[in-house]
Amino acid sequence: MRDFTLFIPEYIAAGAAIGVLALELALPRLRRDALAWATAAGAAAWLIAALFYVGDAPGDFEGLLRTDAFTAYFRILAAGAVLAVALLSARYLRDRTRAAGEYYGLLLMAGAGMTLLSAARELLTAYVALELLSFSLYVLVGYLKRDARSNEASLKYILLGAFSSAMLLYGISLLYGLTGSTTYAGVAEGLAARGEGTDLAALAAIMLIVAGVGFKVSAAPFHMWAPDAYQGAPLPVTAFLATASKAAGFALILRLFTEALAVDALEWRAAIAALAAITMTAGNLLAIQQTNLKRLLAYSSIGQAGYMLVAVAAIGYGDAAAAQNASSALLLHIAGYTLSTMALFAALVAHYNRTGDESIEGLRGLSATQPFLALVISASLFSFAGLPFFAGFATKLLLFQAGTGAGLLWLAGLGAANSFISLYYYLMVMRRMYLFDPPEGQTRIRPPALLGAMAGLLLLGVVFIGVYPGPVFEATDGAAAALFEASAAAFARLP
Amino acid sequence: MAETDAQGYVLLTALALPLLAAAALLAMPGDRPMAARRLSAVTGAVLLGLSIYVFLAYRAGGEVLQMQLRWPWIEHVGFLGENGIALRLGVDGISALLTLLTGVVAFAGTLVAWKLEYRARDFFILFWVLIAGVYGTFFSLDLFFFFFFYELAVVPLYLLIGIWGSTRKEYGAMKLTLMLVGGSVGIWIGIFAVVHEAGLGTFDLPALWEAGRSGALSPDFQKAIFPFFAVGCGVLAGLWPLHTWSPDGHMSAPTSVSMVHAGVLMKLGAFGIIRLGIQILPEGAAFWMPALLVLGTIGALYGAIAALTQRDFKLISGYSSVSHMGYVLIGLATLNEIGVSGAALQMFSHGVMTALVFLLIGALYDQAHTRDLRDFGGVARVMPLWVVAYVVAGLANVGLPGLSGFTAEFHIFVGTFRTYPIFGGLAILAAAIAAAYMLRMFATVFFGPLNPRWRELRDLSPIEIAAAVLLIASMLVMGLWWAPFTDRLAQTVLSLPGVTG
Repeated sequence: MRDFTLFIPEYIAAGAAIGVLALELALPRLRRDALAWATAAGAAAWLIAALFYVGDAPGDFEGLLRTDAFTAYFRILAAGAVLAVALLSARYLRDRTRAAGEYYGLLLMAGAGMTLLSAARELLTAYVALELLSFSLYVLVGYLKRDARSNEASLKYILLGAFSSAMLLYGISLLYGLTGSTTYAGVAEGLAARGEGTDLAALAAIMLIVAGVGFKVSAAPFHMWAPDAYQGAPLPVTAFLATASKAAGFALILRLFTEALAVDALEWRAAIAALAAITMTAGNLLAIQQTNLKRLLAYSSIGQAGYMLVAVAAIGYGDAAAAQNASSALLLHIAGYTLSTMALFAALVAHYNRTGDESIEGLRGLSATQPFLALVISASLFSFAGLPFFAGFATKLLLFQAGTGAGLLWLAGLGAANSFISLYYYLMVMRRMYLFDPPEGQTRIRPPALLGAMAGLLLLGVVFIGVYPGPVFEATDGAAAALFEASAAAFARLP
Repeated sequence: MAETDAQGYVLLTALALPLLAAAALLAMPGDRPMAARRLSAVTGAVLLGLSIYVFLAYRAGGEVLQMQLRWPWIEHVGFLGENGIALRLGVDGISALLTLLTGVVAFAGTLVAWKLEYRARDFFILFWVLIAGVYGTFFSLDLFFFFFFYELAVVPLYLLIGIWGSTRKEYGAMKLTLMLVGGSVGIWIGIFAVVHEAGLGTFDLPALWEAGRSGALSPDFQKAIFPFFAVGCGVLAGLWPLHTWSPDGHMSAPTSVSMVHAGVLMKLGAFGIIRLGIQILPEGAAFWMPALLVLGTIGALYGAIAALTQRDFKLISGYSSVSHMGYVLIGLATLNEIGVSGAALQMFSHGVMTALVFLLIGALYDQAHTRDLRDFGGVARVMPLWVVAYVVAGLANVGLPGLSGFTAEFHIFVGTFRTYPIFGGLAILAAAIAAAYMLRMFATVFFGPLNPRWRELRDLSPIEIAAAVLLIASMLVMGLWWAPFTDRLAQTVLSLPGVTG
């Protein structure tokens, strides 16, 4: 059925995107941060509209898109991330560029792409949504035109992103050839009923898709673009790459692997488990030697992607119940990770706006000059490392426990060992902030009001999830249940 | 399902109070150290009162688990079923005793930190977070929260040692943190395996204990997983050969952190072996205990011999702690009533004794700025009270009758002789070496000619005297009249699976 009301929140986002562009054209002398406020207002309206859709009965648009609790989860995440990034960008961008309309417009479009990606139940729709997200990000990463690094980052990201999209597309075409359908349900049916002698083609298709989505979530060995893109991108865009973009990749993976590819779990589950193991280990080991904070966070986020892939592997290894539990734990972890990362970036942007220094060394003595920012940064890093009181402890414990439920104790154990490795380089950052004196002549300063308040609010969220994950876990459990309701037919055909 | 007991709120208060104190300090402006000290002293005093109450109110003949409180936290979500995660608190005889220890040492530590000038407020924030972690670990009857608080107790150490420490503090802090968190990896893995294998969808500890006892966790599984818990917790308990963080960490740590760390934190490790190892995996414990016995004995001997060769006060105490924690492991490994009771008594005894020793070392080092034994001599003439207190601590360390060390070690030796006579002999040998390093220290530092350099040394301050008296009183009570202690332990120890009478 063509129910156009299902995506009213995204119309708001797209409308706001066009509105921001038009605003800049109509009033070229407008202060640049006014665009940020307009974007934030648009994102807030989008978020509120999204909240109205929570709890609605699942809706279906021509079998291409599905709105359910799963979509609602990612819609809220996307709107929240866009809101946060718009606020982070306000001063950062004002100091660095003249034209900002495209930046904010594309940011909103990227968010809308993420929602569509989480709703897509058809291969080409998913592909188009993914490209909407990716193309917006290619531009955003290279937005600082005069900065060579930003240009370099954008170029690398475009080339490797296009390469991975091509692989994904090739995998999709093979799947279509095998099954004669592009809807997830049709693909699942076709794969289950496929004839003798087509296993190799199915395997090739699935591996191409795994590689394609592996690029998008920066899983090793497809992670090469991430450190450069993270380093070169404007800092708020780095925050978006690390949170929303990664979450979008997992939205795609979850829809795709629990429905279209569920029947062929035997073909991909070992590959995903290996990918998870390699990703977390490579990310954390490479992070140790970084001196640039953004690169360190890039590798750290690669490690996080590895933890998240544990749940995807668990979907392949477990029965329907274990798979659903793994998905709900994964969504919980993504929520905690997103909040922690945003809190971290709020503090880093505040630091960077003042000093322009993005080396780890530049954080020297931050606990003396800006104790609140140092506290937020430490809390976020501790959350990544999985230490108690912060989201990471509870979400990672539940995530790995769910992975163990599917018989992947070794992978969960490797994840715990990797959290330990990660603690080392997080402590090296904290060491600079707490154990060293600030550079000569620096005294204590108040953090900027907006970014300070944002960091404080996000930190509260991080602590809330860490101490009392119940409410969020219930929400993500509902989202996972909706996901598996959509794919019940596919799972019923599991061998 | 256990209902909430009115006394359970006492435990909740003892757990929440340090966290509230930390939050209050966080909200306080940083330039008012005196307010931070006063607030901390009051918090410490109230906690001591609560801890004494918990210990005294624990009824020796009643249920094993008392003062329970249960707040459902997460149920029926994801893989979590009925009673999935609950904030469930309660004490048994062992944790009641360790609660008392925590109260005593935490209050003494607060008093000693009084003279700290540099960023006093920040120090106390981290200090109280650490203490909350310790209480939480002792009280938790839910695996999720047990591990939550266990990790919470370790987290602040990096900054506490790194910022306020001395000698090679960065190295000591990093080594200590990494080794302890590295040990936690073993605990993570053990938790994943146990919760999955039990298949109950709950982190409730008593339910998991029952699963271990009833055979829902197969013997082979228990044997496979026990080492993860034993080694994971053992790192914190100073299990040889994973003890190396202990001397370095203690050498670097500031006085009150050393007190709490050696006095209470190392006990978390041994307590973890009981709670997770023996209680969840009794078959695994029975299988692996001989190995733990051997490692404990090596630790006891090695620590004592290493202490004999050291010249730095703090290193001597650090190695002495390794040696004494070796006794605790020996006591646990006997798996008989008297030996395990002895282990619990030794945890208390070593806790107060070592806290006193670190207090005294701190008092000397703050003035002398050296901790080398050879630099001193005849200190008894300028610091008589200091020497008296040190002698009491040293004699308790050696196991002189009338002090707590005797009570504890006597129980452990008797228990060990019952099951493993040879190891009993080796343990006594370690005690003899302890006498040697203590007496050597007495002779070189306290007596002999006074080095004129030290003529200006001042004796203990009134605050330090108060803290020392508190600790010495605890040692005397346990040394002279141990019935209240052993009575409270007896039933709990016998209720541990696999422990014989």
